Amino acid sequence: MTDAALLTCLELIDFIAAYLDGELATAERQRFDEHLRRCQACVDYVDSYRETLRATLVAFEGEDEIPESVPEELVQAVLASRRR
Amino acid sequence: MNEGESSFVEQLRSGDEAAYEKLVREHSRRMLAVARRMLRSEEDARDAVQEAFANAFRGLDRFDGLAQLSTWLHHIVVNACLMRLRTRRRKPEASIEDLLPRFQDDGHRVEPGPAWRAIGPDPAEERELCTRVRAAIDSLPEIYRTALVLRDIEGLGTAEAAATLGIAQEALKMRVHRARQALRTILDPFYTEQTA
Repeated sequence: MTDAALLTCLELIDFIAAYLDGELATAERQRFDEHLRRCQACVDYVDSYRETLRATLVAFEGEDEIPESVPEELVQAVLASRRR
Repeated sequence: MNEGESSFVEQLRSGDEAAYEKLVREHSRRMLAVARRMLRSEEDARDAVQEAFANAFRGLDRFDGLAQLSTWLHHIVVNACLMRLRTRRRKPEASIEDLLPRFQDDGHRVEPGPAWRAIGPDPAEERELCTRVRAAIDSLPEIYRTALVLRDIEGLGTAEAAATLGIAQEALKMRVHRARQALRTILDPFYTEQTA
């Protein structure tokens, strides 16, 4: 592979989401992987992008964001609107 | 839809008051959580939940049972929130540009910075991270926050999230990618700070 075929860091970062979603064609994926083999800064960036996705999921998963109860006046307002 | 849910829907369609109350009590907590995430205003969130239930009651005859009731209600509350966001008086959007990585002319990133440290297993640190993530998402400009919330938190697929927002799939992907990059930039100090 020649250097001309290598992605720049800018191009690699543009492609991260598609890379992680498995949407890159084989040739593009190979160029992406080749860049990562040569560029520690981009390895770190991809890792941190992945960690951002994980942290987003963790911050909103589970029951802690779901309120333990809903204000009774809201329940009553919903039920009252149906009866109208 | 399983058999139990199917007969529950029939009860609703027949106008059974107790079934309606059960529906509201069982699903409103999760719907309120979605609305709070999307609207960031308690008053608006409650209004959106109320509106969503009104829409659901009206649309019950059109519920085809292909999805679960909870999934159907989730879509309805997401749409109610989006309608509300669209009708809010538009504020000038903050620029997201400052939170995106910068590049030199040759395509290399400017000041890449150190690698991120691993978080955990300390639960206190994980909690701190969650607080920071929520605050960071709250601080994003609305069009980016909404795209991120639909895709990465509410779990809609690209096509569905794009259709919900009324934008092209490529535009949705761009917004989500930019939102994630901005979020990454905001979280960077937390992950690169020196710990004792």
